[in-house]
Amino acid sequence: MDENANKRTCLYDRHVAQGAQISAFGGFDMPMWYSTIIEEHNAVRNRCGVFDVSHMGEVLVTGKDAERYVQHIFTGDISQKAPGQIEYGMMLYPDGGVVDDLLVYVEARDRYFIVINAANIDKDYQWMKDNSEGFDVIVDNQSNYYGQLAVQGPESEAVMGEVLSLKVAELKFYTFRTIDTEGETIIVSRTGYTGEDGFEIYGSHEYIIKTWDKLMASGRVTPCGLGCRDTLRFEVGLPLYGDELSKDITPLEAGLGFFVKVDKPEFIGRDAIVRQKSEGLKRKIVGLELQDKAIPRHGYEVVADGKVVGHITTGYRSISTGKSVAMAMVDAPYFALGTEVEVNIHKKPHKAVVTKKKFYNKNYKK
Amino acid sequence: MAKTLEGLYYSKSHEYVKVDGEYGYVGITDYAQQQLGGVVYVDMPETGDEVTAGEEFGAVESVKAASDLISPVSGEVEEVNADLEDNPGNVNKDPYGSWIIKVKLSDKAELSSLMNADDYKKYEESLG
Repeated sequence: MDENANKRTCLYDRHVAQGAQISAFGGFDMPMWYSTIIEEHNAVRNRCGVFDVSHMGEVLVTGKDAERYVQHIFTGDISQKAPGQIEYGMMLYPDGGVVDDLLVYVEARDRYFIVINAANIDKDYQWMKDNSEGFDVIVDNQSNYYGQLAVQGPESEAVMGEVLSLKVAELKFYTFRTIDTEGETIIVSRTGYTGEDGFEIYGSHEYIIKTWDKLMASGRVTPCGLGCRDTLRFEVGLPLYGDELSKDITPLEAGLGFFVKVDKPEFIGRDAIVRQKSEGLKRKIVGLELQDKAIPRHGYEVVADGKVVGHITTGYRSISTGKSVAMAMVDAPYFALGTEVEVNIHKKPHKAVVTKKKFYNKNYKK
Repeated sequence: MAKTLEGLYYSKSHEYVKVDGEYGYVGITDYAQQQLGGVVYVDMPETGDEVTAGEEFGAVESVKAASDLISPVSGEVEEVNADLEDNPGNVNKDPYGSWIIKVKLSDKAELSSLMNADDYKKYEESLG
């Protein structure tokens, strides 16, 4: 096999058989849509959609120093988190740029299950190993073992119970449990990347394939591709690494300062963030709402006072609201709410106004 | 299978021209709308703008991507299809009925460099 070929998830053959449009994402050949992005988007907002997100990476950290180690590499604070809780945050470079954003599942004080982005698996794993020196920990990349499904939408709790017989109604938002089933231990969390109530399931390839088939046979769910995963996460203002986060963008600039717990005495990148907080931001990611129907897209210029003052990080015609909206990295002082700017679209300026970067309300079940 | 219509002129970038006297109605082919998926926005020039054969004059956009429109002919834009502002999906439903711009043709000889329906059908097949 060609070494440069994209990887495939355990469900690849299913996707092809179900007529998915396949494109490269994060080093994988992934389904972008099966029917249309709009239909799948609305299925998640109104009923239940299922995503193959087996491209995501998983790293298990165990050992005597596991807690101290995770506190060292991670912006979140897990010291106050009980087993079964999940913390979102980032790993930072010393200059405050982002290695990746991630979820840390607290299994025990000496055992953490960490979920990372597909495109960053090799880089993250190397970073985690490189920074484990002096800690009594084992850092184990389990990305090739686990497959992952996301069951998302207002009907997802019912689908989990009635179709999959998984008892998850008691699970709170951002918590998880392990379940012994069919000879293995799976992980189920009340998490997602759509702004709707939903669950994510981690298990062996065999379990994930069987579970996918059960869900499809039930007639209760819509298979959803990564196309609508992006429109859904965008509408509720969730960042995507590569668009709103990168090695050149700090969490403060991305508007994610809440997830950087500078009260912790030490973690990689802390000094840079503390410094940036005291100096103030020179640029920031904000929302933009266009005054007409033109569609702003990644990379398009934001203009004010006759000069380029920023660029679009993600933009769409919002499927849920019909408005042309974007997230954009904009220089001071133009990032203030209500500022009037323009976006260059197909060589023409289009009027826009700075808004919050949330275009649709989340419907989490907390 | 994508439809073609006899009597139209076709470009390699999948626009068509329907000629009516001095005017040409320019739109995108059935093949193009199938490739693009659901159209949610058509970026059109204004009446009175000049378009030039081989040059971009606007874009058709799906949820995910913008695709440039390349004019197959030169001339002044006599009219744009304002109906597409509110109903961009008509490009999918009826691509040959949903022309995008009406051009006053400045050089009818340009039409000879475009394909007829049979040649365009072969061209489509060659693309797989």
